Amino acid sequence: MLNAVGREIPDEILEQTGKEPFQGNHYKDGVPFTKSGPTIIPVMNNEHSKLVKDLHEALVKCGAHDGMTISFHHHFRDGDLVVCMVMEEIHRMGLKNITICASSLGKAHNALVPMIEDGTITNIESSGVRGNIGKAISEGKLQGLAVMRSHGGRVRAIVTGETHVDIAFIGAPTCDDYGNCRGVGGKTDCGVLSYSYVDGNHADKCVAITDCLVPYPNYPPHISQTKIDYVCVVDAIGDPSKIATGAAKPTTDQRKLLMAEYCTQVVANTPYFKDGFSYQTGVGGASIASTISLTKIMEERGIKMGFGVGGLTKPMCDLLDNGLVRVLLDTQDFDLDAIKNVKNPNHHRISAGAYANPLNKGAFVNKLDYVILASLEVDIHFNCNVVVGSDGYITGAQGGHPDTAQGAKCTIVICPLLQGRIPAICTDVTTVTTPGESIDVVVTDYGVAVNPKRQDLLEALQKADCVPLKTIEELRDIAYSIVGEPQPVQFADRVVGIIEARDGTIMDVVRQVKPFAFKEN
Amino acid sequence: MSHPDKKRLRRSMMFLNCQKPSLIKDPYIYKPDSIMLDLEDAVAESEKDAARYSLYHALQEIDYRGVERVVRINGLDTPHWQEDIRVCVAGGCDVIRIPKVETPNDVRVVERAVAIAEGEFGVPQGRTLLMAAIESCMGVMNVYDTCRSSDRLIGIALSGGDYTKDLQTSISGTGVELNGARQQLIIAARAAKVQCFDTVYTNLNDMEGFRNEVQMIKTMGFDGKSIINPRQIPIVHEIYTPTAKDIVFSEKVVREIDEKKAKGIGVFTVDGKMIDIAFYDGAKRTIELAKAAGVYKGDL
Repeated sequence: MLNAVGREIPDEILEQTGKEPFQGNHYKDGVPFTKSGPTIIPVMNNEHSKLVKDLHEALVKCGAHDGMTISFHHHFRDGDLVVCMVMEEIHRMGLKNITICASSLGKAHNALVPMIEDGTITNIESSGVRGNIGKAISEGKLQGLAVMRSHGGRVRAIVTGETHVDIAFIGAPTCDDYGNCRGVGGKTDCGVLSYSYVDGNHADKCVAITDCLVPYPNYPPHISQTKIDYVCVVDAIGDPSKIATGAAKPTTDQRKLLMAEYCTQVVANTPYFKDGFSYQTGVGGASIASTISLTKIMEERGIKMGFGVGGLTKPMCDLLDNGLVRVLLDTQDFDLDAIKNVKNPNHHRISAGAYANPLNKGAFVNKLDYVILASLEVDIHFNCNVVVGSDGYITGAQGGHPDTAQGAKCTIVICPLLQGRIPAICTDVTTVTTPGESIDVVVTDYGVAVNPKRQDLLEALQKADCVPLKTIEELRDIAYSIVGEPQPVQFADRVVGIIEARDGTIMDVVRQVKPFAFKEN
Repeated sequence: MSHPDKKRLRRSMMFLNCQKPSLIKDPYIYKPDSIMLDLEDAVAESEKDAARYSLYHALQEIDYRGVERVVRINGLDTPHWQEDIRVCVAGGCDVIRIPKVETPNDVRVVERAVAIAEGEFGVPQGRTLLMAAIESCMGVMNVYDTCRSSDRLIGIALSGGDYTKDLQTSISGTGVELNGARQQLIIAARAAKVQCFDTVYTNLNDMEGFRNEVQMIKTMGFDGKSIINPRQIPIVHEIYTPTAKDIVFSEKVVREIDEKKAKGIGVFTVDGKMIDIAFYDGAKRTIELAKAAGVYKGDL
């Protein structure tokens, strides 16, 4: 069946998953539903100890079994040790058919590939998968389906009960013996634990894993003792050098600076840029450069930001320190400066659900004026692909892309026209991860395209005469004139993964890759 | 008739290594006035033929969107320059930059080779322009004659690195060692009515020093500067962009001179300043610079 972005979703996938094809951004707006709740075992006995001696004991006490779903957060990013240590123990115990529901998986988890190959792990639900796991899924090694969903979509899936988490493992930089977890302090400071809130609320069992046991009470907790069944102390839960480093040096790449300047001009010349505006940006060189150059214009015009939200970096925290933003709302910290800045009284932690769950009573993303995003590919329908590489391999993650793109009043995607020899602006993206209806402006090094449905923005930018305006088709044509039109990637028939829309419908499917073969004439 | 592009605007001339496809594929996005595709020092001795191959296809295949394509060939003391010229002409480059020019004869030697190549490849005679890089004390001493050596010559450029070696000193950062050459080049170029370009500024981490140097060479009269990185372009263009006040004044000068000339008046005042025909070219140039910088909204 064709969905609203023109992608064919095979009937057998709809049957297998019980899902519907994507039907537009507002399909589930206002549609009531009942939340799913966990089965919990209360602790009334004041002699009860939550401390376990190791992960094996935690797994046994939680009733770990074949076919269970376990969950993880990714606040330790490339320095995460928790996923692999838990899975290695599960592997030793010989458990099979495990579903991993992680907020994201990356290079830190390459050791899971043999467990995919031997059937220990048969299903993966994640924002996306980088590294060898993505390769393994694309090559058809995962027995079940990989489900790629946004940060808001993950919370929605757990809250609605579509995904039921049997055991959540929460890596906690500090924790006390009764399970009060904090994202700060200890050896593996990551600032916040935003992705884990939903796991704490909805998983049947929650195990806090820490390498820094602190005196009771570890207060105020980010995940409360009331959610935690067991506490396991290990030597190390993360490699601090890979969790966050010092703030990236501002880029000197002139191409990125050029795109940053175009982006800044778009923001500064559209109607939402006024005192109290709200803003989110990513961690790419151009996005950060854009924040820095926007700061100068804010100072010149005496404009202050109302709130900044999302994964945070030093330039956003500098805005707070310099009184240029009233409040920062934090779901993740990308550098050490952002982690340190959590101490600022106007820098607040929020949960991934509050940030982006489309089925709560209004997420923060709905209040965004601007979001600056990147994309691997953008097509002439403004659809974006942030998960599947132009070679067909799963290589990225949705993160908050679809959430913020839908929520913000002005969604700007920065994307160089060419990625090496691959045209990033193309007729059809390899895989749709964010629908074109969410995207308002595309900024490239060759010019800026405005989605025709946003005539208001187009008129504002034409009037300001501040950036070279092109149509998206013109950008695509320039790209093809330089590197040619690539032949489509050749896929095998088997569907190895689905790209879930925020609301749980299917945006697209990802098929198994196959080696490229020249077609005979 | 003089070549129509001989006097075109050349504020920024960006060096690019012919061997690096990522550099030469789309430098026009940074909007330099000219790019300088280098076959000389940036290319290893063993790779000269590969660089020529890459240059030819770049010139033939890539639409540089109006950015002037200058090629720096190898010196006349190397075995490469003649083949370099054939490739430049066959590919259709706009200007050939001759390195290490010491005498007017160096330019004439290249001029003859270019004319032969234009005949060989069916390129209209005179289409390929030349510029001369002055890189030695002898070059500086002969610079006026060099400026008058060929109708194809658009201008001269100072190459500070080699020149200071010949002077038995080095680049100090103050510019003092280049003062004499800079003055002599600009005076000779203006006397011969050709353009004059300043040497590169190699410290990319010192943008303030770069800005000061561009400001200085503009004040000295240079038409533009050789640059080595796109991040230097906006600074050059900003400094070479006339202010709103300059533009308004220049417009008045041009209009008043046109009007007064018709009435037979030679000297008059604009905004309290005495103006005569000698101001005309300068005012026109300001308008042209403003147009090139995209800041001119008038109708002159």
